[in-house]
Amino acid sequence: MNPDDRTGADGAAVGGNLLFGPQPDVAGAAGYPQAPPRMGFFTDTSVCIGCKACEVACKEWNAVPEDGLELTGMSYDNTQGLGADTWRHVAFIEQRKPLGGQEPGVAHEDVDVFAAATRLGTDAGSPGPGATAPPPDRASEAAPAGRISPLAPEGRTELRWLMASDVCKHCTHAACLDVCPTGALFRTEFGTVVVQEDVCNGCGYCVPACPYGVIDQRKDDGRVWKCTLCYDRLGVGMEPACAKSCPTESIQFGPLEELRERAQGRVAQLHAAGVTDARLYGESPDDGVGGDGAFFLLLDEPEVYGLPPDPVVTTRDLPDMWRHAALAAVSLAALALGSFVRRPR
Amino acid sequence: MAECHPVGFQWVMEAKARGAKVVHVDPRFTRTSALADVHVPLRAGSDIAFLGGIINYVLREEKYFRDYVLAYSNAPVILREDFRDTEDLDGVFSGLDTDSRSYDNSTWQYEGTEVQAASGQRDAEYDQRTGGGRSVTEAARGEAHGSGGAVIGEGEPERDETLTHPRCVLQVLKRHYARYTPELVEQICGVPQDLFRQVCELVTENSGRDRTTAFAYAVGWTQHTVGVQYIRAAAVLQTLLGNIGRPGGGILALRGHASIQGSTDIPTLFNLLPGYIPMPHAHQKQDLDAFVEAEAAHKGYWGNMRAYLVSLLKAYWGDAATAENDYCFDYLPRLTGSHSTYETTMAQLEGTCKGYFLVGENPAVGNANSKLMRLGMANLDWLVVRDFSLIESATWWKDGPEIETGELRTEDIGTEVFFLPAAAHTEKDGSFTNTQRLLQWHHQAVEPPGEARSDLWFAYHLGRLIRRKLAGSTDEMDRPLLDLTWDYPVKGTIAEPDAEAVLAEINGHDAEGRPLSSYEQLKDDGSTACGCWIYCGVHADGVNQAARRKPGGEQDWVAAEWAWAWPANRRILYNRASADPDGRPWSERKALVWWDAERGQWTGHDVPDFKKDKAPDHRPPQDATGPEALSGTDAFVMQADGKAWLYVPSGLTDGPLPTHYEPQDSPFPNLLYRQQRNPVRQLMPTVPNNRYQPSAGEPGSEVFPFVATTYRLTEHHTAGGMSRWQPYLAELQPEFFCEVSPELAAERGLEHTGWATIVSARGVVEARVLVTDRMAPLTVQGRRLHQVGLPYHWGPNGYSTGDAANELLHLSLDPNTHIQESKAFAVDIRPGRRPRGPASVELVRAYRIRAGIDDKTGTEQ
Repeated sequence: MNPDDRTGADGAAVGGNLLFGPQPDVAGAAGYPQAPPRMGFFTDTSVCIGCKACEVACKEWNAVPEDGLELTGMSYDNTQGLGADTWRHVAFIEQRKPLGGQEPGVAHEDVDVFAAATRLGTDAGSPGPGATAPPPDRASEAAPAGRISPLAPEGRTELRWLMASDVCKHCTHAACLDVCPTGALFRTEFGTVVVQEDVCNGCGYCVPACPYGVIDQRKDDGRVWKCTLCYDRLGVGMEPACAKSCPTESIQFGPLEELRERAQGRVAQLHAAGVTDARLYGESPDDGVGGDGAFFLLLDEPEVYGLPPDPVVTTRDLPDMWRHAALAAVSLAALALGSFVRRPR
Repeated sequence: MAECHPVGFQWVMEAKARGAKVVHVDPRFTRTSALADVHVPLRAGSDIAFLGGIINYVLREEKYFRDYVLAYSNAPVILREDFRDTEDLDGVFSGLDTDSRSYDNSTWQYEGTEVQAASGQRDAEYDQRTGGGRSVTEAARGEAHGSGGAVIGEGEPERDETLTHPRCVLQVLKRHYARYTPELVEQICGVPQDLFRQVCELVTENSGRDRTTAFAYAVGWTQHTVGVQYIRAAAVLQTLLGNIGRPGGGILALRGHASIQGSTDIPTLFNLLPGYIPMPHAHQKQDLDAFVEAEAAHKGYWGNMRAYLVSLLKAYWGDAATAENDYCFDYLPRLTGSHSTYETTMAQLEGTCKGYFLVGENPAVGNANSKLMRLGMANLDWLVVRDFSLIESATWWKDGPEIETGELRTEDIGTEVFFLPAAAHTEKDGSFTNTQRLLQWHHQAVEPPGEARSDLWFAYHLGRLIRRKLAGSTDEMDRPLLDLTWDYPVKGTIAEPDAEAVLAEINGHDAEGRPLSSYEQLKDDGSTACGCWIYCGVHADGVNQAARRKPGGEQDWVAAEWAWAWPANRRILYNRASADPDGRPWSERKALVWWDAERGQWTGHDVPDFKKDKAPDHRPPQDATGPEALSGTDAFVMQADGKAWLYVPSGLTDGPLPTHYEPQDSPFPNLLYRQQRNPVRQLMPTVPNNRYQPSAGEPGSEVFPFVATTYRLTEHHTAGGMSRWQPYLAELQPEFFCEVSPELAAERGLEHTGWATIVSARGVVEARVLVTDRMAPLTVQGRRLHQVGLPYHWGPNGYSTGDAANELLHLSLDPNTHIQESKAFAVDIRPGRRPRGPASVELVRAYRIRAGIDDKTGTEQ
């Protein structure tokens, strides 16, 4: 790593690690000299079918306890949100909006399915199983496929049922990790953020630090728990349980750089197909957390899915705060001093 | 499909990514609708009107694939002069016997063929000759056609290649569906005309030489009093559009469990032997030859039935089966009537069925009219339940609903109940056969816990113990058991039989014990043994072909080296139809198999479903029989005439053409005919707990104004035995709920997440309420219809509990398959919880009185 990179544009550097802004080498900055590429999730909600296999696979693999039988009435979402005992959560949002947010945008006039099929898995440029999104270059040209605008009976507005699988974002600048006093939270060589359950002392500092409200204390033991991006599976070359179980490749796992590229292509494809609502969330290294290790393609505003619109790493303002605190201390000292100086004799 | 087959739905998503348009027709907006291009909500129970409307569009607008239809279907065949259609007889076909509520199908035959037995069953004729009753017609022969069509009369049917003869099938079809117009579809189904036309256009524009359209269905089509005719309607449409036997086409039956396909191939059905060979009926002096003569087709691959049956008998009885003793044909049990699930329940109530095995089945909450199921079990001597958990079918005698209402008292119940824990699929070796006829092997991962054992272990050791008890018996009756080849090797500490040895037996072997590789090798002289002729080849070369797992990326798009498909590892049936009559692919884009004139054989991507060296211009000699009688263009090789049947002269009990009838319980009259319901639907004997409801036009029908349908959720499995006990699944859908539209909620005062009570003439249940836009009110026959959605996974036991939706259902069945009508019935819904104890019985009684229901209601023909 170039030593010059150790300070950001505004010079905010703490122990070789940035507190905010782009950070191209997360693991390196955390002290892994020969780190593998940063791994992450791209969750393409436009192809999610809401089967919740990710939720079950996650709980099975990680032995996360069942956490209550409650019919919430929130569509088919009885999980409610991420927490100590829910590391994947599928949100269901019923909207009176037109269908078709999942329009793949590939005109069949241009595609020879058999030619495509013969290339399955052999040609990186071909959409095979495991690559739901056709490659970006193909996407735009094939895009203006005829959109179907069905007519709803009884003049009712059309429906749209959004489904999205949420997870810990594995932030580039993870406030939970920064505030952890015991070192229980650490950055892995894959650039992910993991809690060591045998080190966590349950102080709970990380809970308010998370800008997404993900990390959470388990009621009966006080320690915090969250998605590990299946650190134990990654170590032996396996993909995380949720991604493995996802039948439609809505949850895609891989090197973050590749995922970002694929996601850009997918958005372009959807835009070209007229799905202008499609947008990425958590993908930009310039956002308030320096980009997420787990980012999303959404079909509506983040708030609709229960996600904060503009998350900011809560430790971003630490240097400023310390500067202000120091200034205040100096001022106070000066004032105190001044009071002696000016004391009339 | 996304809702109940999420893993299979990945391929729909793959197709979508390649440009496929997905149309979802369902009363409810489901997870499938969320991913579809078009969702078409329709009234539950009106699909034949909907499909018939598309057929009418195809015929009227001349959108059918003429060359395909002419060459491969029975469209040109001329029908007998005395055939009368439902259009002529106001909703019934000719041949209806109103006394026996059954059809004599002699007038449905082709002109030029001999009259054959009623319902295509020579067996019935056998009965008529011997003065037997109508038991045979009731005996569900429809399932016998799981691998090919029924037998037809002998002789060459007359044809009109111009398709203009007024009595040719195509013209009959045109007249039959002429009144299924978009206006009528709107009136019956509640589907707006523009939306309907859009579906018609999507389907027809995507069919033809260059394109194919596939239909996928599940029990939303089968569980009706006209269930078979729903599928037939799709078959007519797909045949007209040329979408059968071609890549991307077909009609896909999405199964309700892993290996449901396998459970009809090697059947758990009372009326079939392995490979869709019919179970013999009890006739005097019927020997093997007489049976084969009566059942085998004279043309096509069913013409070789004797070889399939003799090989099966050799697999069962080995050396004991000889030519002299008819290969032990007399050892096979004989049917004396219909013994389907619901008829067995009736036999329990009557006291003639004394013992019952339940293997992975939970009728106490999972079957229609669950109360009757429990009352039937309460009348048994013994009941064996094999399952993972103490399901409701194992505990109804101490904590079932009837104990609470006082209708049953534990101390009065004489049934001795045995519960035997079962091993899960991860705890045993075996195969799954999926809807695509693909056998996929699964290997044991862990030993079953405690006393849990596989079904194979149970069946094998039960047989072993019975044989030990009978050893030395001189009673002739015990010979079939004692002569069985019951010699599977066992392994491990629990003596688990070797599942692959069973697979090898199913595959079959020749006289020297060498594994067979194709059913074409089967002989009728006892020199081959084969447990299921259509599975012959699954263990070719002594290798478990079902266990092959070569990744898709390492082979071509047909992926022939992934597992093994019956028959002969063929991935698409009737694929001769993917080429034109001359043997050339209909288009480059849709090429699958074709005739290679130079090498004089069929070739292509898939295994050709045709005799390898039979040229397209081959014409069989007059006296040829069996496969030899098929011409070079008879693509539908399992059919008795080698053709896809637009019109079914034999094999169905309720008509040669799909016709819209209203469900048993319907708030609407049949707009098309005076005939309200399927005239030959199978009604159960009128017992007090199986009352039918008045239909539209009859007094009292207003008491049950809403249409209800049952279904499954992704999070649970059938009656819950595999999911309600699993905390990780139970927490995802923790309670029984009903789904209603905001409009219905307002009309009936139902509160979101509050309670609703749902009542039919059979029972009452309570459910939490989900008010959702996904349930849309429809305008049917000028009035607003509300539908109520009822997932049926729950029961009182387990970790997640609730009432069973099946309490509401009646037993009025499809006459071909004996399947209940659980996908369309009528109910009332009101706010609040249901009464407890005897008061709940009283509530149902009060509803019956208010609707004027007695034992005659709804039984009209």
